[in-house]
Amino acid sequence: MITIVDPGPQALVQDMGRPGLAKLGVGCSGAADRRSLALANRLVGNPETLAGVEITFGGLVARFAEPALVAVTGAPCSVKVGARATDMYSPIHVRAGDELRLGRPSAGLRSYLAVRGGVDVPPVLGSRATDLLSGLGPEPLAAGAVLPIGVSTEDYPGVDLAPQAPYPAEPELRVLPGPRANWFTDDALQALCGDAYEVSPSSNRIGVRLSGPVLRRREPDRELPPEAMVLGALQVPPSGQPILFLADHPVTGGYPVIGVVEPQDLHLAAQLRPGQRIRFRAAAP
Amino acid sequence: MQVHRCGRDAALVELSGLDEVLGLHAALRAEEPSWLVELVPAATTLLVRFDRALTTMDRAIEHVAALEHSTVDGHDLGEVVIPVRYDGEDLAAVASRAGMTEAEVVERHTRARYTVAFCGFAPGFGYLTGLDRELWLPRRETPRTRVPAGSIALADQYAGVYPRSSPGGWHILGSTHLAVWDVDRDPPALLVPGTPVRFEVVR
Repeated sequence: MITIVDPGPQALVQDMGRPGLAKLGVGCSGAADRRSLALANRLVGNPETLAGVEITFGGLVARFAEPALVAVTGAPCSVKVGARATDMYSPIHVRAGDELRLGRPSAGLRSYLAVRGGVDVPPVLGSRATDLLSGLGPEPLAAGAVLPIGVSTEDYPGVDLAPQAPYPAEPELRVLPGPRANWFTDDALQALCGDAYEVSPSSNRIGVRLSGPVLRRREPDRELPPEAMVLGALQVPPSGQPILFLADHPVTGGYPVIGVVEPQDLHLAAQLRPGQRIRFRAAAP
Repeated sequence: MQVHRCGRDAALVELSGLDEVLGLHAALRAEEPSWLVELVPAATTLLVRFDRALTTMDRAIEHVAALEHSTVDGHDLGEVVIPVRYDGEDLAAVASRAGMTEAEVVERHTRARYTVAFCGFAPGFGYLTGLDRELWLPRRETPRTRVPAGSIALADQYAGVYPRSSPGGWHILGSTHLAVWDVDRDPPALLVPGTPVRFEVVR
């Protein structure tokens, strides 16, 4: 059992979400940076899909009632178990009564805590993910929240460290144009892939709001009937400033999507901090 | 029909309107090609998500294009009958804006035959088409901050049932005790796209 002593700015139970329910109005949700949650799970010998805790901007303090094997991945921050400093990207043995403390990340935004056996809260529609848009899944973790730990029958992992590439200061995300690139002026894709965009502080798990080159529509007054939205879509409201959809994006939207960020770059998108600059590059078709 | 690439594993099929969307949706659902991962219908589009290990964008698009002209029966799902107590806050206002009596609003609302066109806005919120044209009204100018679960509402060309308590800008005609959304039920949503629906008066 894990007791949350302090969730920090935001701590959520996440797994790989609820795929395949969009036609019922249910988004996929799940970890914003799926690669980091999968890695944390592998480090403790879990299947990659078990639920862990997504910690935004560090600050988590959690007490363990029982011995556990845990790992922290994603945005690099200091990790302390009791008074002892320990490492990210590495299995950590925690004793009964120990407190785990995360500092503020030095880069990136979201860190992931996995525990051997997984966080075993009751699933909703097959997933333990907290969907902040639709309100499905567990509540955001508050001080005093208690998380049961599941039972693991898997083999223990044989590694003690997973090397992690540093986060680029100004990441470049590849974009596949469409489905609505033709709603924009001829120079819009060039503008998107030209100067850098800055990440707005109003970004969240629904989307990364960006400010930078304005993307203009051919017919500004033309209305788009609501249509399905996908993870990584760059939706462009009338302001011309794109929003990059993350895990809790709405299942449908009424603004045109100029392009979709490549799946292998989405873990970088999920780690963008307010004020950080990014660039887009057109992906090879 | 126009097809647009939507990332690496989905195609957005643009059709002339809801009937075609429902037709293609039903055809693909009936056929269930092995590579099909997910279908997301909307007002004039159908998103077709495929498994990249089993097909390619070009082959998926070709397959969908070939299906377009097949004759399909969109009504392969059982009818859902929703019992309604017509005592909603906006019933009088809807009647006056439509230039009819409240009883006539109820009569027209229950006489119509609806189809769930697509879901969105919230889990289990189905946009029902088939609403009597005399009842097509723009949304309320000021949305309510809280509309109770089970509220029977209409806006634009659609009728709907609020699956859970939420903010909302539709006109409320009444309420139902039927749970159109229940996460502990399989399927959780009663109003899945393609479902025929009608409303029935309860007192």
